[in-house]
Amino acid sequence: MTDRAEITKTWKLFIGGAYPRSESGRVLPVHDVTGRAGVRAVAYAAQASRKDMRDAVEAARAAQDRWAAASGLLRGQILYRLAEMLDGRRAELVDAVRIGGRLGRGKARIEVERSLDRIVSFAGWCDKLESVMGGRNPVAGPFHCFSQVEPVGVVAVFAPDEHPLLGFLSLVLPALACGCSVVAVASASEPVPALIVSEAAPSSDIPAGVFNLLTGSHEELVPVAAAHRDIDAVVAAVPLELAKTLQVGVAENMKRVRLIDPGAAFLDENAWNDPRAFTGVTEIKTVWHPIGI
Amino acid sequence: MTLSKPTWEYAPAPESLKVDIAPEYGLYIDGAFRVPRSGRMFATINPATEEPLAQVAEADAADVNDAVMAARKALKGWRKLPPLERAKYLFRIARRIQERARELAVLETMDNGKPIRETRDEDVPLAAAHFFHHAGWCDKLRYALPTATGEDPQPVGVCGQVIPWNFPLLMAAWKIAPALACGNTVVLKPAETTPLTALRLAEILQEVELPRGVVNIVTGAGATGRELVHHADVDKVAFTGSTDVGRAIATAVAGTSKRLTLELGGKSPNIIFADAPIDQAVEGIVSAIWVNQGQVCCAGSRLLVEESVVDEVIDKLRHRMRSLRVGNPLDKNTDVGAINSRAQLERIEAHIRTATSEGATQHAVSDAALPSRGFWCRPCFFTGVQPAHTIAREEIFGPVLAVMTFRTPDEAVARANNTMYGLSAGIWTSRGSKAYEVARQIKAGVIWCNTFNQFDAAAPFGGYRESGFGREGGRAGLAAYLA
Repeated sequence: MTDRAEITKTWKLFIGGAYPRSESGRVLPVHDVTGRAGVRAVAYAAQASRKDMRDAVEAARAAQDRWAAASGLLRGQILYRLAEMLDGRRAELVDAVRIGGRLGRGKARIEVERSLDRIVSFAGWCDKLESVMGGRNPVAGPFHCFSQVEPVGVVAVFAPDEHPLLGFLSLVLPALACGCSVVAVASASEPVPALIVSEAAPSSDIPAGVFNLLTGSHEELVPVAAAHRDIDAVVAAVPLELAKTLQVGVAENMKRVRLIDPGAAFLDENAWNDPRAFTGVTEIKTVWHPIGI
Repeated sequence: MTLSKPTWEYAPAPESLKVDIAPEYGLYIDGAFRVPRSGRMFATINPATEEPLAQVAEADAADVNDAVMAARKALKGWRKLPPLERAKYLFRIARRIQERARELAVLETMDNGKPIRETRDEDVPLAAAHFFHHAGWCDKLRYALPTATGEDPQPVGVCGQVIPWNFPLLMAAWKIAPALACGNTVVLKPAETTPLTALRLAEILQEVELPRGVVNIVTGAGATGRELVHHADVDKVAFTGSTDVGRAIATAVAGTSKRLTLELGGKSPNIIFADAPIDQAVEGIVSAIWVNQGQVCCAGSRLLVEESVVDEVIDKLRHRMRSLRVGNPLDKNTDVGAINSRAQLERIEAHIRTATSEGATQHAVSDAALPSRGFWCRPCFFTGVQPAHTIAREEIFGPVLAVMTFRTPDEAVARANNTMYGLSAGIWTSRGSKAYEVARQIKAGVIWCNTFNQFDAAAPFGGYRESGFGREGGRAGLAAYLA
């Protein structure tokens, strides 16, 4: 027992490189269920509103063209830098992953290590994706015809509660690696691991607006994302009812929707470091040019 | 002796092959043709003459269910067939299409209205090539899209496929070939105005002894398509058509486990820079907007011309347009055939009236007489078009071009991307570095630099944004048909 009162933190949103509170002023408590004294609120996180989502999409759109035009080598170095920055905060990440009570210390450590490794893996994808998924098309005519891989644009991500760090990164990293800008919504019940990532983002040189993080209710924010006409794709690990809301939103602007089982085995490296992770966040562009003298 | 201005008339050069068309066609279900349960039939007509060609079955919910059940039953055997055996059926289909190419081309032209030159040189050879290309994929899927476990990729299952009337046989090939190559079975619904070549393809499937139920073809209109898309035992829906219907299908499929790919409309830009080879670019404009009477989802319907050359381009375009021959699609000299249906012709004419009333200027140079019967629309272009005009925003699906100008490459890109669609784009410049940078910046799935409307089974085709999602052709196209 110590007499010193803790400085409980209120985590803020991350939009356009800044850390605003929700314009709604709302916050939600973050609980630690692992303490001897029972469940305690150890921090607060902003509860994002429709307006916050719209602001984040605007920031993501503004940042999109430059991030898409950056070389794969540069994006890869920036993502690798993110792993470097987070590696120093491993202990904090392990605590953040533990407080929801899903994982003991040993499993929490594995979760964090696997998460950092996933960042490293996707850092390497940035300048290789096109070698694997694109290429010259052997057409039956005098044309140079090739297909290049491009980012779909602005991607909204809804992260699962299971694996609040690894699940979150597994959904966000493919989008960032291929050149999309991202508006991510952290696990509603365990947002802190994702919030720690958002604090490391600026010091990793991820340009402002390329990665934005909201915390709050998925029930509230999924319909906003589904109806938003300037979101090009949604990657979501959400329950069935919310998944349906997103699918209906396809009709709005033909946004691409990739649904992921919230209980997916995110620890499986074969499955999640795989190029199919780019489904829904990339477009194939086929370019033709005549050949002849 | 006085020299009068010579005028040369083309002698008619009609295609001589007579194609046998049965008076009635049933539904192709489980390897056999049969009458629809309701007994209801509808006529398909030749849009160039308005004469009926045949009576075709209208499939209702029960018929669609029969077809889906047949496809479900056939799935087990088809997916387990050794891949190279599957391949051999697809190779056979390709061969029979080649062998019956002339007949298919004539039939397509009669049912659709497009010139025989196009069906003979483009539609049918491309359809055969699509089967030939995909046949070879059957035993190579594991290299195309490796799975995490290292096992062979698996088919999705029963595919419900709905196709449009603008490339009837080619779209059937685009849908069926990759589905079968990946081990799926198919229920295909052709468009109600152009069912005949799909039904002829069914005959070919019988000839090559494709196992029964692997492909089923149900004819009918929108209601038949809805039954297919909604059917609970369909695992994957593939649709090519309008964005409005695509939206309805996306809504219908929401909340189910069905996979979905959509190839929808477009309002594609065709950009001519001042440093382009102008004569070639003018030919490119013709093939971008007047091929198939402009009834092409990826038609280059917005012409963006750099301001310094706009007068030259328009003069040459007007000159070139004068030599376009509109008329009998079965004549080998015809450039522009009939519009596919009266309803489509009325839509096009309404768009032309709107464009004029909104203040754009129509240039329709051809004054040649049109046949007295059939659905005809003279190719035309509009100048004085503002970006907010309906003609600059909405898909017309007709031989109608909107001409606009730009001053800088940035402005060209901004204007090109100023649309909800993103299917294709044309870029005309003699500078390679400029072509590829503009190609990078345009949000569209297919970019034609110094050419237009090229298609190939090995080249992925499909849209960005509201032109839909998924690709057809090439390795990327296989992903839509693998679990």
